[in-house]
Amino acid sequence: MPDAPSANKRLLRLTVNGRPREDAVGDNALLLDYLREVVGITGTKAGCDGGECGACTVLIDGAAVPSCITLAVRCEGKRVETIEGLAAHGRLQRLQRAFHEKLGTQCGFCTPGMIVAAEALLRRQLHPSDEEIRTALSGNLCRCTGYVKIIESVHAAAEMAP
Amino acid sequence: MTPRADQAPASERRGVPLIDGIDKVTGRARYTADLDHASALVGRIFRSPVSHGEIVRLDVSKARALAGVVAVITGEDCPHTYGVLPIAMNEYPLARERVRYRGEPVAAVAAVDAAVAERALGLIEFEVHALPAYYTSADAHAPGAVLLHDNKPGNLEREVHHEFGDLSAGFAAADLVREQAFTCAEVNHAQIEPHASLADFDALSGRLTLQSVSQVGYYLHLMLARCLDMDAARIRIIKPFIGGGFGARVEVLNFEIVAALLARAAAGKVMMQLTREETFLTHRARPHTETRLKLGLRRDGRITACECEVVQRGGAYAGYGIVTILYAGALLQGLYAIPAIKYDGYRVYANLPPCGAMRGHGSVDTRHAFERLLDRMARELDLDPFAVRRANMLQAPTRTLNDLMINSYGLPECLDRVERASRWRERIAKLPRGKGLGMACSHYVSGAAKPIHFTGEPHAVVNLKLDFDGGVTALTGAADIGQGSSTMVAIAVAETLGISLERVRVVSGDSAITPKDNGAYSSRITFMVGNAAIDAAKNLNALLAAAAARKLDARAQDIVCEGEIFRVGGGGQAGLAFAEVVQAVLAEEGTVTVKGTFTCPPESLGGKHRGGAVGATMGFSYAAQVVEASVDEATGRITVDKVWVALDCGRAINPLAVEGQIEGSVWMGMGQAMSEETRYVEGLPVHASLLEYRVPTIAESPPIEVHIVESHDPFGPFGAKEASEGALAGFAPALANAVANALGLDIDELPLTPDRVMAATVERRRRQRLNAKRKVG
Repeated sequence: MPDAPSANKRLLRLTVNGRPREDAVGDNALLLDYLREVVGITGTKAGCDGGECGACTVLIDGAAVPSCITLAVRCEGKRVETIEGLAAHGRLQRLQRAFHEKLGTQCGFCTPGMIVAAEALLRRQLHPSDEEIRTALSGNLCRCTGYVKIIESVHAAAEMAP
Repeated sequence: MTPRADQAPASERRGVPLIDGIDKVTGRARYTADLDHASALVGRIFRSPVSHGEIVRLDVSKARALAGVVAVITGEDCPHTYGVLPIAMNEYPLARERVRYRGEPVAAVAAVDAAVAERALGLIEFEVHALPAYYTSADAHAPGAVLLHDNKPGNLEREVHHEFGDLSAGFAAADLVREQAFTCAEVNHAQIEPHASLADFDALSGRLTLQSVSQVGYYLHLMLARCLDMDAARIRIIKPFIGGGFGARVEVLNFEIVAALLARAAAGKVMMQLTREETFLTHRARPHTETRLKLGLRRDGRITACECEVVQRGGAYAGYGIVTILYAGALLQGLYAIPAIKYDGYRVYANLPPCGAMRGHGSVDTRHAFERLLDRMARELDLDPFAVRRANMLQAPTRTLNDLMINSYGLPECLDRVERASRWRERIAKLPRGKGLGMACSHYVSGAAKPIHFTGEPHAVVNLKLDFDGGVTALTGAADIGQGSSTMVAIAVAETLGISLERVRVVSGDSAITPKDNGAYSSRITFMVGNAAIDAAKNLNALLAAAAARKLDARAQDIVCEGEIFRVGGGGQAGLAFAEVVQAVLAEEGTVTVKGTFTCPPESLGGKHRGGAVGATMGFSYAAQVVEASVDEATGRITVDKVWVALDCGRAINPLAVEGQIEGSVWMGMGQAMSEETRYVEGLPVHASLLEYRVPTIAESPPIEVHIVESHDPFGPFGAKEASEGALAGFAPALANAVANALGLDIDELPLTPDRVMAATVERRRRQRLNAKRKVG
């Protein structure tokens, strides 16, 4: 939870999905809880007790990071992007479109983290191979799809204009 | 009028994305933990630190006195048992008098924040008089063992003894009789969403609203009314988005009732979010299973008799146990023609978290034993694995020895498809050492024909609302838990009415709005709710066709709606737009609500023998799969290179979703086969994280080539049957058969972890050395 009563608070300045913010957060607040409970965006999920499943993956300065084991105060001055930041102007971003159309999502709980992790991959690798996709997403567990359609979705997204 | 589903085979139809898919890929889908709970108290559960004991003292006064604590409850606050089976409710939401497993809920706290709630848990004083605890079926069942439940001698929850056909004649007719023991570790659903409930008790009106992760809101509703002594009419259950179930959330779970009890005690709103560890502790998954199987086989491949003993370690409470132990025997049948079958099942209590239903409920571990032993015996008789299975095909329609109805049977085509696709015949004898092919078959029910809470009501009801906006709203209690059932309902309605899918909206899982449904279990939704949706759409269409007929001066039975245009006989003449016809209906009727139902007929409800209703269904799905695997003899590590799977789902209403279900179920079978197992040390779960409980990652998951076989079930909606469980049970035996093919090594224990493979390799070397010495000696 964001702040235990004893925690020291400090002012955190960062951008979340392109919007600058200033919030007082506890030294011990996790980025996941900051996003869900202070910023109030709940697309980023908690699926485990810390660093096990990848459902909480966000981008910090473009790198995919598990937000459930990252302190919010470590994001001072950084750009944080979540699933909510991907769709813009009423259009699905390409990975979102591909995951939707190719059924890369079933229950959807791992999906935000999975898409965000895949986004980090596509930003550094225009046309990743199966192996590169498997490596990049190996920290993101999905219990529904068997991953087959997740790999198809990432390939399909790579073929779309960003 | 018959439904007009697109008649093209599945391979020529793409299917449609999930109607709630956009919510999921954008992150705006709200799961229970995402619901607005700014004003809610935080709920936490105090759990038993011991495996078995009598409660001597439980003092919550210090916790209650802590500033910020609003309510503390114990077993005193709920004198009612709960459970999924009306005949076996032996569990309290919070333990009373005795605790029977480590982690069992004992007390609960609602506080202003998590830190206070957790501090309050630390102030609870709990003393127990320890009793002997049992962690294996054998220990729990041993003579003199202390009983977990006084009315269950031998700690046996249920024994089943079924015999059909002439067993001794069957074994006498066999050319080869073999008997083998198999052990399957306990596994867990490990759905990615941890458990959560948001309970809101309005003390002013005396009404309770619970939003929870349930697969069956109806059971939850019934159990809350029972445990809280409330009029069910004052309870509302709402299903948010659900992050997977796989059976974990079919039973009402202790934390759901505890959240409601806390909300009432606190006269407010309580958010109860379990940790991953607690989610594992809540369990209700596939039990540790020991199977002893004996088969008789003729030289021509015909199975002559089957004798099977199953012991399941069910955990501390009844849960679904009776059904699981019955399924394990009942589903020995329905896949092959077997003239004589004897089944002895034992469900044993032990001091561990209770087991329950998990994808492939009851069938998986028995099927593993069967497909493994059949393969070994085929090898001994020099029969091809495909040939031995083809020698035992059923002919639909038929009834099994235990009176299960089989109306469609696509298994022969499934076998053909995977044999061809994997190039089995060309490759099976030519693979290098360390590489193997294995195959197996499996099946599963399309909905239990006899629901657990049998009330005489229809098995499914769907309401359709048509209003001034021209939208058709389907109201269903069926829980979409990610499997795509709401999308299936939308397709069934749109296709039957001849309207576009976008015109249909599905509202699911809100007891204040949607009709009662038996929920997401036993793969019942497509078959039962799909049929009810078609029935409702036909009833709505009758009103629309009558109005169109009046306008077109024709007979209602001649009106056809296609592409949202009503015409006489569907011919080329000018027709009426959907909006025009809707307007005509509303002018006479006002807002229209129609209902559709589906009821399984009496002949589908199973045999008259005790427990005969379990396994009974309107239709079985059938699957065959081939697994290609590589085994590293130096490390014992298995790599699954590829899977070919064919599943007869009757008819793929949404081929895209059917593929996804088949891939997911095969892969879940792979997890159980390769790496997943729970482990307890003195009752303490040491597997209770997603690092220790090894669900396969994307890195080690193979390509899965899916073939959809459509046998057009005469009773299924558009001919459909289930698609999400039938292929699971075949994976583990197909993999173990592939390992046998690769190394000539039979491993009879699951999962096939590197250490088990190594142990088997070492054991074989030891035996070979001994044999060599004997020869020399």
